[in-house]
Amino acid sequence: MNKQTQPTHAESIALTKTPTGIRGLDDVTFGGLPAGRPTLLCGAAGCGKTLLAMTFLINGARDYGENGVFMSFEERAIDLEQNVASLGYGLADLVASKNIVVDHVHIERAEIEESGDYDLEGLFVRLNHAIDSIGAKRVVLDTVEALFAGFTDTGILRAELRRLFAWLKEKGVTAIVTGERGDGQLTRYGIEEYVSDCVILLDNRVEDQITTRRLRVVKYRGSAHGTNEYPFLIDDRGISVMPITSAGLGHQISDESISTGVPGLDAMLGRNGYFRGSSVLISGLAGTGKSTFGAAFIDAACHRGERCLLFAFEESQDQIVRNMSSVGIHLKPHIDAGLLRFEAARPSLYGFEMHLARMHRDIEDFGPSVVVVDPISAFRGPSLEIHATLVRLADICKTRGITALFTSLSAAGELMDESERSVSSLMDTWIGLKDHEANGERNRLLYLLKSRGMNHSKQLREYQLTDEGIELIDAYIGTEGVLTGTARLAQEARERDASNVRAQGIKRRRREIARKRASVERQIAELQAELVAQEAEINMMIEQEEAQEVAYADDRSRIASRRGAAP
Amino acid sequence: MTNELGESQMSSDKASVDISDFTDSGDYNLRLYVAGQTPKSLAAIANLKHICETYLAGRYTIEVIDLLVTPTLAAGDQIVALPTLVRRLPPPLKRVIGNLADTERLLVGLDIRPKGFKSP
Repeated sequence: MNKQTQPTHAESIALTKTPTGIRGLDDVTFGGLPAGRPTLLCGAAGCGKTLLAMTFLINGARDYGENGVFMSFEERAIDLEQNVASLGYGLADLVASKNIVVDHVHIERAEIEESGDYDLEGLFVRLNHAIDSIGAKRVVLDTVEALFAGFTDTGILRAELRRLFAWLKEKGVTAIVTGERGDGQLTRYGIEEYVSDCVILLDNRVEDQITTRRLRVVKYRGSAHGTNEYPFLIDDRGISVMPITSAGLGHQISDESISTGVPGLDAMLGRNGYFRGSSVLISGLAGTGKSTFGAAFIDAACHRGERCLLFAFEESQDQIVRNMSSVGIHLKPHIDAGLLRFEAARPSLYGFEMHLARMHRDIEDFGPSVVVVDPISAFRGPSLEIHATLVRLADICKTRGITALFTSLSAAGELMDESERSVSSLMDTWIGLKDHEANGERNRLLYLLKSRGMNHSKQLREYQLTDEGIELIDAYIGTEGVLTGTARLAQEARERDASNVRAQGIKRRRREIARKRASVERQIAELQAELVAQEAEINMMIEQEEAQEVAYADDRSRIASRRGAAP
Repeated sequence: MTNELGESQMSSDKASVDISDFTDSGDYNLRLYVAGQTPKSLAAIANLKHICETYLAGRYTIEVIDLLVTPTLAAGDQIVALPTLVRRLPPPLKRVIGNLADTERLLVGLDIRPKGFKSP
């Protein structure tokens, strides 16, 4: 009996959560903000506090049937409406339909004289009235710290804020209280003291002139939560947090192999292509055709009817389409068919985290089975950050079973550069493209540095970018090393000559043997003829002697009979 | 929106002021916001009455608004702290918050000169 009641007891005690409807944030908090409790949202100016809070209200009213009150201490209602309209939020409609109440609390220090004891009951009355008028379940106070500028007696204020948060809890509304980041503490006036259930910190850091927005759940009483800093995006599609939660390596793997788009390369890999869901790195010098390999792969995937997403960091969509058509890879039809999508952006447009967040969101939106990043070496910065970014990008792809192809530009003379070294261990297949310079010309060579789980070719292969795509040619590997291009052709010609000479020699020997055989056979025939002749002669002599012998015998018998002797 | 709270006490004051006097800049139209009959509210009403009788005898009207009864009025006059005294007339709008125990501050807040001088 006891055992049966226990789980239900635990369930009733477990913290209920209010989903924010903000992509990613609900994942990080495992369900949303603590229901019926205030949450502190703090960050420096321009971090997106107001926007995040407003999104919480609007999503609540629109998607979860929970009305909301937005109590603004800074911006007027009309300003708020205009500000969020740029993100596609129809705040005015929700206000008109009485799903959201916006109350602007305006405090002008200069207009107020303090005389004797007071409290903030007026704020309570207003809030209470606003909540009750629409039956609100969600409340935002943005930012309640503005009160500190309006009143001189901070002792009263603090006591009243404490009372306010307790009152909000009692009221059972899920509240977001925003606060400006202060020195050495989360908020300027230390209101985190009063809001202790859940604290979310927003950050907008500038490094090397590039800003990255980050979000961190500092504390969440009574619940597990993601503890990292997660990048988040604010753009025309609203606000989205992109947690990279797959720290484990538990992703499903596939035995299926998919074509690289280059027949010769398929054969080299020994499995007719890359494994589905694997990560592929193609590194090489400038002009070795890294992007072409990527495009060939995309082309093959699109022909199979799979969706592809190409993140281009160096060329624009049109430029890539034009350039690839010169080597017989036509991407335009795939774009028109909706199978191929380009996301082109300069690496310096955002920080790594933002790029990652953006790529993550694009991958989620488009749901491709093939992702190509061209090139990862475009990211410049501390190798630790590049590594972190790429590891997580590779993880994002792997967990979704997406085959990811990364290209990387390596510096001349260096075996691998920073970005390659940092990702090499992540990659399942690594194809190196090389330039071979000899005899006054450059030729392209391809080799497989590694390919996990495949019995791949270890050979260096020459390849050419032809009108019909990439073509692999057997490279000549002789005592003098690898010969390519015209040197290979010359060597091949020399070999042909040598083999001709050898063939002729053999023919000559054959003729000699035939001649010898003929002469020997002739001699044998002569000797045999001689033998026959001699035999005939001897036989004749034998016959003559036998005939003589008979004659002698006859003669003797005749003589004997003549002498009259009886036989 | 006069509350029963102070009605009887102020009816005499009100009667002594002619309507036409409101246009005169010397007349004070005061509104006191409170929430229920808390000690603070009662103190504020008593203090206000005392000051007005002392300095503005016959030149003022007081409206006491209980926000527990009419919460919708709080937003209109931007009431946050309570009690709040709002000087609606003469312009400009002035606010004094607190139980009005500090007479000096109240007079400064309402722009009342002790000798009956009007603000310029």
